[in-house]
Amino acid sequence: MKLKALSQVASLAVFSSLSISQVQAATITISCGAVGAEFELCQEGTKAWSKKSGHEVQLVSTPNSSTERLSLYQQILSAGAKDIDVFQIDVVWPGMLQNHLLDLKPYTNGNEEQHFPSLIKNNTVEGRLVAMPWFTDAGVLYYRKDLLEKYNQEIPITWSQLTEVATRIQASERAAGQEKMWGFVWQGRAYEGLTCDALEWIYSHNGGTIISATGKIDIYNEQSVQALNTARDWVGSISPKGVLNYAEEEARGVFQGGNAVFMRNWPYAWSLAQADNSLIKDKVGVTALPKGSSDGNHAGTLGGWQLAVSKYSAHADLAADLVMYLTSYTEQKRRAIKGSYNPTIDALYKDEEVLAKAPFFGDLYSSFVNGVPRPSTVTGKHYSRVSSAFFNATHNVLSGKASAKKALKKLEKKLKRIGKGAWTL
Amino acid sequence: MPEYSLSNQSEDGAMNDEDGSMSNIAAVAHHNRLTRQRIRSAWLFLAPILVLLALVAGWPLLRTIWFSFTDASFADLTVYSFIGFENYLSYEDGEWYGVLADQEWWGSVWNTLFFTVVSVSAELVLGTIVALTLNAKFPGRGLVRAAILIPWAIPTIVSAKMWGWMLHDQFGILNHMLQGIGLISEPLAWTANADLALWAVIMVDIWKTTPFMALLILASLQMLPSDCYEAAKVDGIHPVRVFFKVTVPLIMPAVMVAVTFRALDALRVFDLIYVLTSNSAETMSMSVYARQQLVSFQDVGMGSAASTLLFFMIALITIGYLCLGRRQMAGDN
Amino acid sequence: MTRSALRNPHRRYSFLSTRILKKRALQAGFLLLISAIVLFSVFPFYYAILTSLKSGPGLFEVSYWIESFDLGNYQAVVSRDSFVQSLFNSVLVSTLVVAVSLLFGLTAAYALGRIHFRGRGAVLIIVLSVSMFPQVAVLSGLFEVIRTLNLYNNPFGLVFSYTIFTLPFTVWVLTTFMKQLPKELEEAAIVDGATPWITLTKVMMPLMWPAMATTGLLAFIAAWNEFLFALTFTLTDAQRTVPVAIALISGNSQYELPWGIIMAASVIVTVPLVLLVLAFQRRIVSGLTAGAVKG
Repeated sequence: MKLKALSQVASLAVFSSLSISQVQAATITISCGAVGAEFELCQEGTKAWSKKSGHEVQLVSTPNSSTERLSLYQQILSAGAKDIDVFQIDVVWPGMLQNHLLDLKPYTNGNEEQHFPSLIKNNTVEGRLVAMPWFTDAGVLYYRKDLLEKYNQEIPITWSQLTEVATRIQASERAAGQEKMWGFVWQGRAYEGLTCDALEWIYSHNGGTIISATGKIDIYNEQSVQALNTARDWVGSISPKGVLNYAEEEARGVFQGGNAVFMRNWPYAWSLAQADNSLIKDKVGVTALPKGSSDGNHAGTLGGWQLAVSKYSAHADLAADLVMYLTSYTEQKRRAIKGSYNPTIDALYKDEEVLAKAPFFGDLYSSFVNGVPRPSTVTGKHYSRVSSAFFNATHNVLSGKASAKKALKKLEKKLKRIGKGAWTL
Repeated sequence: MPEYSLSNQSEDGAMNDEDGSMSNIAAVAHHNRLTRQRIRSAWLFLAPILVLLALVAGWPLLRTIWFSFTDASFADLTVYSFIGFENYLSYEDGEWYGVLADQEWWGSVWNTLFFTVVSVSAELVLGTIVALTLNAKFPGRGLVRAAILIPWAIPTIVSAKMWGWMLHDQFGILNHMLQGIGLISEPLAWTANADLALWAVIMVDIWKTTPFMALLILASLQMLPSDCYEAAKVDGIHPVRVFFKVTVPLIMPAVMVAVTFRALDALRVFDLIYVLTSNSAETMSMSVYARQQLVSFQDVGMGSAASTLLFFMIALITIGYLCLGRRQMAGDN
Repeated sequence: MTRSALRNPHRRYSFLSTRILKKRALQAGFLLLISAIVLFSVFPFYYAILTSLKSGPGLFEVSYWIESFDLGNYQAVVSRDSFVQSLFNSVLVSTLVVAVSLLFGLTAAYALGRIHFRGRGAVLIIVLSVSMFPQVAVLSGLFEVIRTLNLYNNPFGLVFSYTIFTLPFTVWVLTTFMKQLPKELEEAAIVDGATPWITLTKVMMPLMWPAMATTGLLAFIAAWNEFLFALTFTLTDAQRTVPVAIALISGNSQYELPWGIIMAASVIVTVPLVLLVLAFQRRIVSGLTAGAVKG
């Protein structure tokens, strides 16, 4: 009895796995987004391509956390597996994964010229274009229009202005009974997000980008120390102590609950803040992140995702064609209008239909096009180690475990050690 | 068994007549054949698990140990070279390199040991209290027992998320409660503050595994002979004294096993810390460290070295503990 | 105290009342202790249920009682085909893991518990040491084995890899049980000329059912809860198990976390286990006892 049932189950499973592999032979597998709206958008895009080309596309959802996603990709790619043809990869991964990725140059027909040059440069490793830009991201500053108006404050241009405005409004709001009000929330957990935030502070103070494009370590300098000290003073004053374990969603939770004046986040938070059940609907504005001082820069760290084709793909031509379709003008326009995903094609920032849907695309065009890249291309496969050393050092400063000067000195030493023979110094 | 019958034979062999010794030899031969057959079937019966374990555990571990002596990287796993003990420790230009020279590794060792000692001892004490309580007879005991098993049945990933939500500094219920009864004046950043985060992890671990501990202790409590207690009661000995003089020695073996299994688990702690804390160098466990080297840094060599060290540390602790336990138990006897 | 109470009838009365009082106080304290234990155990689960019934901004407000009863999150979870599919996968994988571990665990336990042979101790130590393997250390090696055996993205791959933690435990507990069974039974079977396989299945197994039920349940829980292997060894939604499905639930963008839906999914996953535990709690207790006390 039992055995029979078992063998039935087994034969069923064998049968189903057989049928899957038969279908796989004629399909392209793409990893894009997890579930939810991002997944749906991707599905609509691939369906359109299927119609055009006559080939099937199978979508696989991968973990939401980018670390988890990277580890899964590494397992699959390092085994030379054919299971995924098209990978959605983070802007800092081309250097790490390039060994496993196909050069897309022969397939572009020169279309890469339309995209932001910074991204194309980022995705070109050792002369090979290993990924096409799909959508971009850059850190931006969200503010509460209503509160700034109520207290008659200007939108801050420098970090010190932001500190001042945040302190004032936080104190007044608390005195008025809003006990949970905070001035500024951001991403302080010891993870990649902190690298992005801290890079913005440092770059906006003219403190460089940790490691220059030529591979020179440039982190132990006056401006960086000053930038980190500014941020350290926020913790416990205008930012809750818990900010040291906030990722994007925790920060948004506080801001969207109406409990913060300013928030540093990615553009995704815009459509959520404007959702119908949002407590802060129509009370929010978006602007560029402040400068370090009047002669500093507005800096938003470059984020976003690319599409790449696996070197081990059984249908590399088809996969590359799918990538070209998904990163094309029409498809990016559709995604911008429907999901407010930032296009990587310059012309779309002047497109009327796109601007009507997401007005801040136009206002923040320069933030997006001038996004500050993390030093991932130059450090290649060592980037994670560099980033980890950087955010751990920053986290130590923010939590008061070390002074900025000491921590950065130590970081410089550590980076030199990592960089020894790894990239040109 | 065969030896026993053989020695029997030699002892009174002289007194045996021909007939008796003949049948004895036949019996021994039969016995030997039977024993051989049984041993053969024993290995046959063991074959499936030995093959399975070799595949799922043996080969992967050997491979990890091998990679720990190479400079392999996830960027390209096919190209690597043998570098000896460099991943563990090496000296170059006046600087020490390798896992054993990495402060973060030693930090993670310390965190893991601290976590293990504190959480396992707390679970032991709390588990004993819970077990003693549940050992008393009262209406609804079955339901209460089932209730305390709930934390154990919830998947770790789910419970870590649940607690992460409850420990949230702004809208978490725990801060709300503590503020409500006036224990703290402002919300604590449970998972952000490196000092608190380890305690938060310990708290969740205690919540999750105390039921396991309590059940093991409860089970052994229920097997205790009741006559000891009645005698003690008649003699008018104080219950606390009875507990330490009678109960504790009797349940000791079961408790030892429970503590061993828990400690083995705690030394490998990964998912709880990984999901709940910020994973900064301050709160990393050894498993988290190894995974970070392996996955985030793509350094298969270093990651494998850390994993290998972790494995041997656990093995050493276990062997030491088992030896200690055996000696102690032998002493008691 | 007693003597003075005897001397004075009134004192005696008051002595009785303090004794009753003391007893009552003890009872009350005991009740309080039990409530505290139950509260500590159950509260997080209760809070998860509470959260799963909320929606929108209400999620970010603390409440102690069920104030809104919005089943929208549950609907959202159940309406996802992939979630229902992953529930099915979890049941399939966990059941097969139980079957495999019990089958092989039983034969191994018979060999280890009833037959004396050279190398028995070594096998037991190997089995125990496997339960010391850190998952991180075997992950990438196991990935290669699974790919070589062509079990990647296949429930059987998970069943195969889960034996790394269910087998040692099963073998250990079942061996202990096997040792406890009376010798006479087996001897009678041997005298009748039964092969070891017949002895095991016809004589020993009927007596092993309680132990098998317990270890089976424990293996089921372990397989049901496993995350890291399930994440690494499966790829498509159609093959994933529930913990991975929960971890992969996300909102409308990369960073958004829909707490309500995650909590609803968590409750759905946990309820079968809670019911299993409720039904088997007596069995679990006795099974663990045997494994622990003698092991």
